[in-house]
Amino acid sequence: MNIWVPMDSAAKALGADEVAEAVLREAKARGLDVQVIRNGTRGMIWLEPLVELEREGQRIGFGAVAPEDVPALLDGRLETLGPVEAIPFFARQTRLTFARCGVIDPLDLDDYTAHGGLAGLRRAIDMEPGGIVAEVTASGLRGRGGAGFPTGIKWQTVANAVADQKYIVCNADEGDSGTFADRMIMEGDPFSLIEGMAIAGLGVGATRGYVYLRSEYPNAIRVMEAAVRIARQRGLLGPDVLGSGRAFDMQIRKGAGAYVCGEETSLLNSLEGKRGTVRAKPPLPALEGFLGRPTVVNNVISLATVPVIFEKGAQHYAEFGLGRSRGTVTLQIAGNVARGGLFETAFGMSLGEVVNDIAGGTASGRPVKAVQVGGPLGAYMPVTKFDTPLGYEDFDAAGGLIGHAGLVVFDDSADMLQMARFAMEFCAVESCGKCTPCRIGAVRGVETIDRIAAGDAAAIPLLTDLCETMKDGSLCALGGFTPYPVMSALTQFPDDFATQKEAAE
Amino acid sequence: MLEHAPAPTADEIREVVAPLADLEGPLLPMLHRVQEVWGHVPEGAVPVLADLLNLGRAEVHGVISFYHDFRDHPAGRKVLKICRAEACQAMGGTDVAARTLARLGVDWHGTTADGGVTVEPVYCLGLCACAPAAMVGDKVIGRVTPERLAREVGAA
Repeated sequence: MNIWVPMDSAAKALGADEVAEAVLREAKARGLDVQVIRNGTRGMIWLEPLVELEREGQRIGFGAVAPEDVPALLDGRLETLGPVEAIPFFARQTRLTFARCGVIDPLDLDDYTAHGGLAGLRRAIDMEPGGIVAEVTASGLRGRGGAGFPTGIKWQTVANAVADQKYIVCNADEGDSGTFADRMIMEGDPFSLIEGMAIAGLGVGATRGYVYLRSEYPNAIRVMEAAVRIARQRGLLGPDVLGSGRAFDMQIRKGAGAYVCGEETSLLNSLEGKRGTVRAKPPLPALEGFLGRPTVVNNVISLATVPVIFEKGAQHYAEFGLGRSRGTVTLQIAGNVARGGLFETAFGMSLGEVVNDIAGGTASGRPVKAVQVGGPLGAYMPVTKFDTPLGYEDFDAAGGLIGHAGLVVFDDSADMLQMARFAMEFCAVESCGKCTPCRIGAVRGVETIDRIAAGDAAAIPLLTDLCETMKDGSLCALGGFTPYPVMSALTQFPDDFATQKEAAE
Repeated sequence: MLEHAPAPTADEIREVVAPLADLEGPLLPMLHRVQEVWGHVPEGAVPVLADLLNLGRAEVHGVISFYHDFRDHPAGRKVLKICRAEACQAMGGTDVAARTLARLGVDWHGTTADGGVTVEPVYCLGLCACAPAAMVGDKVIGRVTPERLAREVGAA
């Protein structure tokens, strides 16, 4: 009998390792022939550890399972959630990028292949490089790391560049609070990222790749390193990728705890062994990237989506979505929510539907006050903006950004002045120091918000002015977008900035 | 934990990092390796790495000091990282952190008097759907309470 117990970090953080041990121990005591498979997570984190076993050809779920529930589980006395894929949160999704995550054994390449893996790469091998880039362009895929830049155009620029060495660099420095999609797919379906990078390499003529993976993700690092070793042994990576006669190999590189290295030019500096300071653009990394060579820098989700685009065709992918936001968005629902986790769906669902309907409102049971969308540099969206559809342009028009598609929900106990202060404090801690508006502005921002908190209303226009300067004058998104959470907190929740003043008067 | 261990010699450092010399951009992997072996990046590593990679000492020092991960002195026997980021704040993380620091009698980056625990802030562990989150060594913990953290670091 197969029993699946996830090895995803979130499942581990909720006791999955102890559950897996209990399953082995109790099965042995009962003389049962049990095989424990450590899968990725299905993304329904409120049900983790979510244990699955096979019954009449279907995978039946149990969760959240504690080690002391295991005897009842094995004796058939534990209440079941029913077929896992029929759980509404799961059934309502369109899983393209995450189709295999939680289903397969992440490090079993045969399991991967049996679930559609490598079909995309095999198709790409039979295509001309120009055709590969055209396929990505036709899919409408845009950078899932936050900027939303069309992936095909980036690849075309690198493909057109002439150089003796080009690189594919995967940005796995997922530092935004409220986001974990990169971690989840690296831990749950690492070969999809490897396959995507290999396709990128064939498309643009790059033979070397790097995954810059943050040190805060030790489990993801272990899984990715093991997957790269297996891929090399099995000829998916190396001098002759799947017998194509073309080379592509890659390495995992560990970050060192700097948020700003999620910015692509800082990341490249860090990968080169330098301080992770931002580079001025131009030159574009596509032309002068890693070690000054043409480099594709793409987010994990962008690259891990490439295999399914080639497996099912660009047209199939592009049929999902809204306006110029094609395909699926991998929403990460987090913070104070009843049902948190990963929800992959076509672009277009409204923010309110996700928060109230899919996520079931707050975990605390109190009313929702704000949702920060797009990480620490994203705007706080009030409930009055809940009809905003999830699309790059729609969020932009509503004064926010989708970013890496993390949603952090806050209940009415949140103090938005404190959240604004935190945004400035975070920017000050993580600023690379290269440009003044970010390095100095963030420090002055904390001080100015403290003045507002102390009742100095004259500091409000100062803060507004400072945010304008940071927005216009910063080199990268850290200083440039910190004004989003700060100004959205100030304009959407003015009461939180007025209480102290009125109390003082 | 290694306060009383003698500082490594230049040759010892060189031997540990030498296998990484052929990497493209080898400095970060080398610094991680040194810290893995000695628990911190000793001052003596700076001239060795500078010489090996044909960099100025100031450049190497600049890289070490830029990144939050690298420490110039050993940490406590356990390193507790508590997430301070927004998703954890939404679930009471600020209070968990404050109570844990008070209980251990340290501030951020501080080490308890017995050298048992160093507490570091971290900005997101990717455990945002089971917040608040923390990490002890490489072990991740979700929905933490001050009591749970005290147990994990042996201070209960």
